[in-house]
Amino acid sequence: MKNRITTLFEKKKEGILSVFYTAGFPTLTDTLPIATHLEAAGVDMIEIGIPFSDPVADGPVIQASNKVALDNGMTVPLLLEQVREIRKKVNFPIVLMGYLNPVYQYGVERFIRDAKAAGADGLILPDMPLKEFEKNYAALMEEVGLCMSFLLTPTTSEDRIQKIDALSSGFVYAVSASSTTGTKKDFSTQQEHYFQRLKSLNLHHPHLIGFGISDRETFATACKYGAGAIIGSAFINRLNQSSQLEKDIPTFIKGILKN
Amino acid sequence: MKFDVDKDGYYGSFGGAYIPEMLYPNVEELRSKYLSIIQTSDFVEEFQSLLKSYVGRPTPLYLAKRLSEKYQASIYLKREDLCHTGAHKINNTIGQILLAKRLGKQKIIAETGAGQHGVATATVCALMGMECIVYMGKHDMERQRPNVERMRILGTTVVPALSGSMTLKDATNEAMRHWINNPTDTHYIIGSVVGPHPYPDMVARFQSVISEEIKNQLLTEIGNPFPDYVLACVGGGSNAAGAFYHFLNDEHVHLIGVEAGGHGVDSGESAATTALGKPGILHGSKTLLMQTVDGQVVEPYSISAGLDYPGIGPLHAHLFETGRVEFMSVTDDEAMVAGIELSRTEGIIPAIETAHAVAALAKLPLEREDCVVINLSGRGDKDLETYIRWGKY
Repeated sequence: MKNRITTLFEKKKEGILSVFYTAGFPTLTDTLPIATHLEAAGVDMIEIGIPFSDPVADGPVIQASNKVALDNGMTVPLLLEQVREIRKKVNFPIVLMGYLNPVYQYGVERFIRDAKAAGADGLILPDMPLKEFEKNYAALMEEVGLCMSFLLTPTTSEDRIQKIDALSSGFVYAVSASSTTGTKKDFSTQQEHYFQRLKSLNLHHPHLIGFGISDRETFATACKYGAGAIIGSAFINRLNQSSQLEKDIPTFIKGILKN
Repeated sequence: MKFDVDKDGYYGSFGGAYIPEMLYPNVEELRSKYLSIIQTSDFVEEFQSLLKSYVGRPTPLYLAKRLSEKYQASIYLKREDLCHTGAHKINNTIGQILLAKRLGKQKIIAETGAGQHGVATATVCALMGMECIVYMGKHDMERQRPNVERMRILGTTVVPALSGSMTLKDATNEAMRHWINNPTDTHYIIGSVVGPHPYPDMVARFQSVISEEIKNQLLTEIGNPFPDYVLACVGGGSNAAGAFYHFLNDEHVHLIGVEAGGHGVDSGESAATTALGKPGILHGSKTLLMQTVDGQVVEPYSISAGLDYPGIGPLHAHLFETGRVEFMSVTDDEAMVAGIELSRTEGIIPAIETAHAVAALAKLPLEREDCVVINLSGRGDKDLETYIRWGKY
């Protein structure tokens, strides 16, 4: 079967909304219902975060969700079990995203195979070195049919952007600013210049813009320059305040997608 | 040399640069420039001159007569505690601030555990007129109060790290986050031989002056540059890296790394990484790491804030794996007793980190003709409250 991420980007060239949330948050068993609510609300894809004790690239909101998830008892094997259940209920692509160490302890090869078997379509491992991926895991990822998305930032050199594009599959993750997650509110002119530059590079893979996408305005701006955007911290903030996921998730997503 | 870092930043299977893309340009800039900068004659001259006239190097190699009598061997103390600011940490901060200037950086950030690296960083920032922010775990700020105030007097902003166990690991997380958010004008002065390549190699090089001096001083003193043992405490491992560096290829010199056993290696409250850790990835490098089976980093424990870290530098992980360095651990109580012992026998109150290395003396099969060098990495002024609270003196 063709990879769901590849299929999505073939069918839909713009306005893609991907939502990131932490597995096992706010409660251990919320990973599944959040996914089904997101699909029902019209989200195109999800990124499920593998919680880690030391999330150095994350701001306070995602840090806190990681801690709650770990305190709830989330682990890599349990997450893979939950992904298996989620896959029975949803059709959109599932990406697993996390720091390398928990994946490394599980065994990277084993994780790649088990993630695919559970029904995941792609991985994002922000602290995986390009060279190590290319040397040890790229072939296996291709063999099992999982996409890998690498990050690029406003300070990534053009040479390196080309390399990141070449090693990624499915889509490339364009970080909107040199920052940890969730820190900015509006985009600056400087950021829009960077988005414009990225767009004009005509990468082989479509790119989604992430970090600092929090509302309808920032989502719309990001969509002008990429195939779509990723919302993380803003969604997790909403989950934090939610007492009724089945009601609050569609409301939140409607607020983002409303034209 | 077989213990040198390779071109990709590895010591054997440990090291590398496992960093999110947001940190890549900064780390890559350092990696591509550090060797050429620190080898220029202009850099070497300024570095040497500051080490001599500002830090007070060379530090003495002192034959501790009463301690030698007690342990029936020749015991020398490498007096890094006599460095300006009271610990070896300043060797590295002088080197890195000179590097930061040459990279055109205007601001400095650092993490600190016991506060010695924070003070050493605050000091060189005052010296060079650079803005400085130091991240320190809230718990460490409480147990190392004098150092917090020293940093503030020196004009540094001390920011409490409020996550996790609020100690060194968490301070390092916060410093890395700050660097991600301030990528162009800021240099991050890491205080130990940890972090992504090139930090472990760079810090080891700046600290290697310790073993260089030991060799020269022993040659003068006893006509032989090689001791039988070199002892140093290991948290991240910067003083040990410096004390071992020029002996690594002299395999007849026994190198002993002393880790913090806390309440005991099996107590669940320990920071003895080689005993309790497995290969893992934290703070940008692959190294030995205390962690759960699921890869979550375990909160370490030690009475000493400077050793309270769940990993060790990748060089040390490699030295452990190859057996070149023997690692042992010392409990809180053994370290405190040794700290008092050194105070009473030699009139030197050591930092509690350093007291761990002293405590290891009792665990060595010493013979009368053995020559032992203990790297006396820091002085104990900052630890008075901990000594007082411990109380058994």
